[in-house]
Amino acid sequence: MNNDLFADAARDVLADQCTPHVVRAIEAGGRTAEATTALWEQLEATGLADALLSEDDGGAGLGLGQVFGVLEQCGAHALPLPLGETMVARALLARAGVARPAGSITLARGERLADGGLRCALVRSGQVAGAVLVQTGTEWRLLGTGDAQGAAQALALDAALTWTAAQVQAAPAVEVNGALDARTLQAAVVAAQMAGALSSVFQRSLQYANERQQFGRPIGKFQAIQHQLAVMSEHVFAARMAAQLGCSGAGVLPDRLRVATAKARCSEAALVVAELAHAIHGAIGFTEEYDLQLFTRRLHAWRQTAGSEAYWYGVAGEALLDHPGMSLDIVRRITDVDAVL
Amino acid sequence: MSTLDSLTLTRIPAQDEALRAEVRAFLAEATRDIPAHIRARSWSGYSTEFSRRLAAKGWLGVTLPQEYGGGGRSAFTRYVLVEEFLNFGAPVGSHWIADRQSAPLILKFGTEAQKQFYIPRVCRGEAFFCIGMSEPNSGSDLASVKTRATPNDQGFVLNGQKIWTTNAHHCQYMIALVRTSGTPEDRHKGLSQVIVDLSLPGVTVRPIEDLSGDSHFCEVFFDNVQLGADALIGAEGQGWEQVTAELAFERSGPERLYSSIVLFDQWLQYVRTPEGRTDSARQLAGKVLTQLAPLRAMSVSVQEKLTQGASPIVEAALVKELGTTLEQMIPAAIAEDLFSRDAEDVPVELLQTLKYVTEASPSFSLRGGTRDILRGMIARGLGLR
Repeated sequence: MNNDLFADAARDVLADQCTPHVVRAIEAGGRTAEATTALWEQLEATGLADALLSEDDGGAGLGLGQVFGVLEQCGAHALPLPLGETMVARALLARAGVARPAGSITLARGERLADGGLRCALVRSGQVAGAVLVQTGTEWRLLGTGDAQGAAQALALDAALTWTAAQVQAAPAVEVNGALDARTLQAAVVAAQMAGALSSVFQRSLQYANERQQFGRPIGKFQAIQHQLAVMSEHVFAARMAAQLGCSGAGVLPDRLRVATAKARCSEAALVVAELAHAIHGAIGFTEEYDLQLFTRRLHAWRQTAGSEAYWYGVAGEALLDHPGMSLDIVRRITDVDAVL
Repeated sequence: MSTLDSLTLTRIPAQDEALRAEVRAFLAEATRDIPAHIRARSWSGYSTEFSRRLAAKGWLGVTLPQEYGGGGRSAFTRYVLVEEFLNFGAPVGSHWIADRQSAPLILKFGTEAQKQFYIPRVCRGEAFFCIGMSEPNSGSDLASVKTRATPNDQGFVLNGQKIWTTNAHHCQYMIALVRTSGTPEDRHKGLSQVIVDLSLPGVTVRPIEDLSGDSHFCEVFFDNVQLGADALIGAEGQGWEQVTAELAFERSGPERLYSSIVLFDQWLQYVRTPEGRTDSARQLAGKVLTQLAPLRAMSVSVQEKLTQGASPIVEAALVKELGTTLEQMIPAAIAEDLFSRDAEDVPVELLQTLKYVTEASPSFSLRGGTRDILRGMIARGLGLR
């Protein structure tokens, strides 16, 4: 049960180092915050960022399915740094024989400009990552964030980034399997994080319902609250199963149809679970100082990352329409995975 | 709440999957001439002749021991069979309850004589069972049983009434939950399960027509029905415990996922045509797929737990709640899609199926425990009650 050991390691370091205080400091300060550097160094020290590299490349030789528990822990602690994306990016760089930069790497899609420059309209975690692995059509390049021209994006940790033609020329090109796209890779990682965050939000709501007294008894004794928690648990269960499917299979590269299932289902669950959690918590859950918001805001942000449910419904629907037989065949193609050891 | 992490991805073992191709080939031929709106009846579809054909293939009682005429195969073999039956809309209603619940119950709690008498008949497709749990006004409050089996020198005298009994008018036997001692106020105490031969004097079966025009449910009346002492199944007074165990097994299977699948597949056939294909239909197809696939993974995972002898009551309730919600969403969403279009030349056969499934869909979240009862069970599992 290697994956449990890795998940335990991730849980330990995140519980210790990725506290609500640290999350807030990173959100406020971005790349320049001391907390950002300090937390990344702590994560780097665990070796988790290299877990998907082969042993020859200095990694642990794991597949995506085996680090599902690690990604889940990232979500369960509202990690504001792109550890999961870095794990995948480093594996792609190692395969392509490209030198790996120190620091974190996020994933993005970009477009080449007429002058030879490159622009990414939306880089998730662009304000905290050290580098971006950018897909432009079939071309992938590794670009540093420090020297890019940046502009703010809607979410505090995101950015729009532009590189000059010279910077692009100097950036290493990365050979990546043509069937892959940055959005699928990122969606697999994000869905697993969402599963962790969903579980965390549910546990917090359950605990609150057992503690909070109203009308002379814990609110969890009221049938209406019990039913809300039951519905939450259904979505948390289903989303976690879907997220596991998204990371399943052999090796580092996810299956696009399984990722569609994972990201769509987790995004659906994010809406329901965040809404119910806030309903149960009442006004206190709406305050900045109460930690619930670190998770529910992030659930909404992750829903808006790497394709919402509608985007992935389209992908999954296409697969169904392209298959002339029974839906069951496609359902089985998604669900029949060999158990990950 | 440790059960939250407890569902892990599981694959149906290869030796059980091996049966799928043969089953599929058989069903493709056997259901070819049945129109979709009839196949949409799913496990409510009724054909004695079809059940006998399945029995001849060895596909009834597939998990029951060979010494009683069963197949001696694993629960996953049955999962593969049932999944294919439901997806083809095979009329499995005749033997459904006998195969799924009654014969396993007799195997678990019955006497040797009961096993030897009933189980081989079930496996041959000759004995069909119904389940007598609900009574007038009892609704979800199953323990409020009034039907009474009073012991006498020959066995028991049965008086009372059951209702919402599926397919009683087509069955030879009922396994009824009855009171053998005490009063309804004693709740779970004093309840027992008895096997009632429905051809006995004093038994009256009256079908209840449902809003779709079908008659799946029945009222069953018992007027001084003399049962033998060997009618008692399991221990006297243990009926409630036996029934609870029985219900846990029926809540997470494929039948909680696929009640609308014949309609969905038929709708997809239309959407695949040039005139049927729209962006919003593609989206809906994907929405159903991305909900159904994780549910199937959960259902298989619960099956694995059952196979290992665990009792995943909360997990099974979760699957049923989510599964029936999806089953009910499908006809509503397909209607939304088809009647948001300009054209009105949707195939009539598709609309007939849509009509039937729409009308049948309220029952999906009633049978086997209502939505609110299941949410209560989940809440109990979460430690809230």
